[in-house]
Amino acid sequence: MTVTALPDTEATPPKRGWYKRNEIAVTPWLFLAPAILFFAVYVIIPIFQSFSISLYDWDGLGEARFVGMANYQELVTDRAFEVSLWNNLKWLVFYLLAIPAGLFIALFLNQTVTGIRIYKSLFFSPFVLSQVVVGLVFAWFYLPNEGLLSNMLGWFGLGPVNVLGDPTWATYGIIAAGLWPQTAYCMILYLTGLNAVDPEQVEAARLDGAKGWKMLWYVIIPQLKPATFIAFVVTIIGALRSFDLISIMTNGGPFGQTRVLSFYMFEKALSEYGFRMGYGAAIAVVLFLIMLVFIAYFLFSMYREERGGR
Amino acid sequence: MRSTLKASALALAAAFAAPAAFAEGHALTGDLKIFLDTSNPAPRATMEAMIGRFQEMHPDLNIETTVIDREAYKTQIRNFLTADAPDVATWYAANRMRPYVEAGLFEDVSDLWAEPEIAENLASTKGAMTIDGKQWGVPYTYYQWGVYYRKDLYDQYGLSEPTNFDEMKSNCQTLLDNGVKCYTIGTKFLWTAGGWFDYLNLRTHGYDFHMEMAAGDVPWTDDRVRETFANWRELIDMGAYVDNHQNYSWQEALPFMVNGEAAAYLMGNFAVAPLREAGLSNDQIDFYQFPAINPDVALAEDAPTDTFHIPANAANKDAAREFLRFVVSAQEQTEINNGANLGQLPVNASASIDDDKFLAEGFEMLSSNSPGGVAQFFDRDFPAEMAAEAMQGFQEFMVFPDNLDDILSRLEQVRQRVYQ
Repeated sequence: MTVTALPDTEATPPKRGWYKRNEIAVTPWLFLAPAILFFAVYVIIPIFQSFSISLYDWDGLGEARFVGMANYQELVTDRAFEVSLWNNLKWLVFYLLAIPAGLFIALFLNQTVTGIRIYKSLFFSPFVLSQVVVGLVFAWFYLPNEGLLSNMLGWFGLGPVNVLGDPTWATYGIIAAGLWPQTAYCMILYLTGLNAVDPEQVEAARLDGAKGWKMLWYVIIPQLKPATFIAFVVTIIGALRSFDLISIMTNGGPFGQTRVLSFYMFEKALSEYGFRMGYGAAIAVVLFLIMLVFIAYFLFSMYREERGGR
Repeated sequence: MRSTLKASALALAAAFAAPAAFAEGHALTGDLKIFLDTSNPAPRATMEAMIGRFQEMHPDLNIETTVIDREAYKTQIRNFLTADAPDVATWYAANRMRPYVEAGLFEDVSDLWAEPEIAENLASTKGAMTIDGKQWGVPYTYYQWGVYYRKDLYDQYGLSEPTNFDEMKSNCQTLLDNGVKCYTIGTKFLWTAGGWFDYLNLRTHGYDFHMEMAAGDVPWTDDRVRETFANWRELIDMGAYVDNHQNYSWQEALPFMVNGEAAAYLMGNFAVAPLREAGLSNDQIDFYQFPAINPDVALAEDAPTDTFHIPANAANKDAAREFLRFVVSAQEQTEINNGANLGQLPVNASASIDDDKFLAEGFEMLSSNSPGGVAQFFDRDFPAEMAAEAMQGFQEFMVFPDNLDDILSRLEQVRQRVYQ
């Protein structure tokens, strides 16, 4: 095409530089270069560094001593690690409750009533709050004697409970606090998703006699699939990142029963008494491997989506 | 134009004067970077005023002070000591400074301790500053630990300060019979339980045994350790401590004492200020030394010492040394530790102690009634990792005393790894 467009009067085409000749191929890489560089320096290389540090016994200050897999062997017998791992699992499972909860609030708010925008923003407000504030508010809510929860239970004649001081319940208490903002996040995702629901399909389903749960399950929810996927991704990531709430509400206690892997890593490697960089790195590697499962799944489904879309 | 001339003239003069000035220890020049962890309002003002006085003495010195939040400082110190070291930094004595000493990040200041002025007046804290026979910093303040109690409540129930464990327990029983908890404590951040272990262990087996444990020479499963826990358990089983203490920080545990729901608090002297601020008068609060448990054991106390160090990578070590001399001088020690400032005990023997009943009692106790020795504090005497695991075990023990065997065997595993 370009050949035909060339004017005939020009005998020899002007000699073009290397960049001009390869412009189409090179330019995208030039634009990507800064991002690739920083992603490599701040994400990819540290991942491999963590792997290598996890093979050493190192206090972060002096000489590192190579110990091979000893840190991992210790992890296997470390009960605190086991507790943290289970707590991570609890977070993953129960944090997902934010998705159905967010969906139902979104359905409830998806109507045209005067002032609905105010209600929507009120429901969304917990997500805007800092996690630290959420943690503090819930810690007060749970206080064993003067807290609101114990008082409310008192109305029904139930004794005061110490949610955050009880090793069996503390983790669930923190997850419940985390669900508050996370539900709001899922709600906003579904609200935007509901805007994209095809009214004609709803109309057609209604003509066929679908209503209530059937309408929701067979017509609405399938159309909300993209929103559900994003909600799933952010909730899983949120569950694995749960750190600030734990730090604020229980500081990992009582006696380390509410720690998750990220918090345990911090305690072992970076906190006031933590001088075990190698051990911390080994915990980080395990956490990374868990995340890798989800990351691979997310990438795979996005890849499939893209191919299907074409 | 004129000012540049003047400045260069000054610089020249300084350059020529430098060797002479060094000998005199005056007319310091250059920059002096000071990092402080004294972020609470009163200590911060005290320190800034003290640095101001040092600045007046050395007008040519360009002092730059950075105050870092006390908790954040504990994790930041390892970064700034290696990367961007100040000339002077605050820290803690004994084992708490060991990681930095062993990594070669603190300057050896034994030369300062050889000077008669310091050698004679600071002898009592020399041990806490010594690792491998050298001194690695200077102390600037210390404070006693002990039992702070509601005198009005004790009077109301006809109790007196206990002098032995039986009296301690019978006092406690009387209080419990009247619906008052014996001791308030908040173990959310664990270290408060370390204070109880320190005292119970020091009273049951004495200072030397406690230090053997800190050095890792005694298994946690040893019968003598169990005796300490057995004594502790007596108090726990009585219900001596406030309920749900695992939820509270040490500050959040103060209201129990202020409201009269608990009668006493085993704490450092820094608890006095908030108790007074909460409205308790000097007639209502009083202090007693933790009573003897085993009469054959010499009394020993906890008295944590806060310190100044020179990082090994400091740029202006001459000025830093001069600053350390200034901080420990009798005059400054009297000033910064008085009731209006830190409200703690001066480290210099020639300094005078402020006229405050708690300081007077504390000084009296530490100087004449602590023949066994003076420990720092659990998390300063024991290595960091051992301390962290152990204090968590103490918290668990205080909530579930039946888990003791499990806790001790766990701690024993940690001991075998930490001290290898």
